[in-house]
Amino acid sequence: MEIVSPTDLAKEKVLAVQEYSLLSWRSLRNIFSQPRYIADTLQQADLIGVGSLPIVVLTGFFTGAVLALQSSNTLQRFGSLSLTGQLVSLSMVRELGPVLTGLMVAGRNSSGMASELGSMKVTEQIDAMRALGTDPLKKLVTPRVIASTVMLFFLTVISDLVGLAGGWMVATVMLGLDTNQYWSTAWQALAAADVIMGATKPFFFGFVIATIGCYYGLSATGGTQGVGRATTQAVVAASVLVLILNFFITRFLMVWIPGF
Amino acid sequence: MGDVLTPDVSGQAAPSETRHKSVIFDDVKLAFDEKRVLDGVSFELLRGETKILLGAAGAGKSTILKLTLGLVKPDSGRIFVLGHEVSAMPESDLFDVRRDIGMVFQESALFDSLTVRENVAYRLLEEKDIPEEQVEERVREALRFVELEHTLDLFPSELSGGMRRRVAIARAIVSRPEILLYDSPTGGLDPVTSTTIIELLLKQRDVYHTSAFMVTHRLQDAFVMATHCFDKATGQMRRIEPGENVDVKTSFVILRDGRVIFDGNAQELVSSRDKYIREYID
Repeated sequence: MEIVSPTDLAKEKVLAVQEYSLLSWRSLRNIFSQPRYIADTLQQADLIGVGSLPIVVLTGFFTGAVLALQSSNTLQRFGSLSLTGQLVSLSMVRELGPVLTGLMVAGRNSSGMASELGSMKVTEQIDAMRALGTDPLKKLVTPRVIASTVMLFFLTVISDLVGLAGGWMVATVMLGLDTNQYWSTAWQALAAADVIMGATKPFFFGFVIATIGCYYGLSATGGTQGVGRATTQAVVAASVLVLILNFFITRFLMVWIPGF
Repeated sequence: MGDVLTPDVSGQAAPSETRHKSVIFDDVKLAFDEKRVLDGVSFELLRGETKILLGAAGAGKSTILKLTLGLVKPDSGRIFVLGHEVSAMPESDLFDVRRDIGMVFQESALFDSLTVRENVAYRLLEEKDIPEEQVEERVREALRFVELEHTLDLFPSELSGGMRRRVAIARAIVSRPEILLYDSPTGGLDPVTSTTIIELLLKQRDVYHTSAFMVTHRLQDAFVMATHCFDKATGQMRRIEPGENVDVKTSFVILRDGRVIFDGNAQELVSSRDKYIREYID
């Protein structure tokens, strides 16, 4: 194994952060400049949004169901089984809905973007695109960033609803709770602050998932092995960043905005 | 990824004399990490001229094409393309210059998710102001030029290596560029297909008088370019007979260890006494 000096390693990491920041900034700036690739954006929205629907629905449903199941023991001990709906709705809307949807989409789409763009990079298709007068950041990155950011919001909303439905199924079928009781506690527990927190996170997660996937794809070198490496790195980096970002967004909203 | 994210730098106005030449390399130096690829390379490509870049693998031939397109920036020196100093232009301005240049990549680099029609039409569709019927007409014309009009709806994966290379040529010429860059256009192809490709290059040179750089490892192809011309009457290439006054406008550049060791025509190349060049061409 080749030994890399700590200085070179540090320079390499700083350069990577610089290039990632540049890509992120330009992908945002491109939204406001011509040409706009609307057809590509819609195609990506379909791939990311509709394509991720099955895994997001399944994940959301069973997370809501298992939340209700796990909490039932503790709640029963305090005679508060009727609060199951409240617990499921708060957990799903504030945390689990956005985070789990983010992780699922990161696993599915960061890897897809990294492998697609990586293959294009190693087969010189990215260079060909630039040679043909097209900016790959405008044509490939910005549509993915817009699509991922917007679609993750809707996927999170769906995940929250389906999670609540999963909790309701367990609460009524296995815990013997009343349907009205479940939904009314679930609904009443939610304050505007909870919804805002749950709705804010997907925008950041979607942006990170797309930019990380595109960054690793466009950085791929070394043939098919390089594409495989870029794909793995993209999934790991996007998933870890979603979790880190989740902490900081939560902390920021709780400290700086009254009511959280 | 630095090539995609080239930092914006201010462009400078190019001297007016550079506009009369297609490409000018002026003392260009470039290194990748510790490896010096080009070490003070200078030469010119005149309008309508075809310059064949020769040299051992890794001598920097393909890099010269990428520098011409502005896909890679030199460490020092200046590069002028059609009067624009591409070595000092920001990436955003380079897209306009690249519209006048067509490039045929070593492995074709066709977009594998697009059909042949979409690949060839790519640049025209990006320009958006060309009517659809005109795009279709020009795509068919370019594909007819490479004799692949019947492949319009096929995907690159359904084509052979030689056909992919010809589609890449069609994609490069469809916008009628002023400069064409061929990166090993016959590399890895059988002799019959190679001859077909060289004939197409000759046709482009003699019929449309496009300036071109051609990188090749096959000396045989290079000499065919210098000793043949395209006969419009027969629609085929033919050898130029001794005493016949035909200007093929083809010259050679040989690179060695990042430096230009030869820049001249076929006659000068053949009569060179340089030991390395003799070994190279014999």
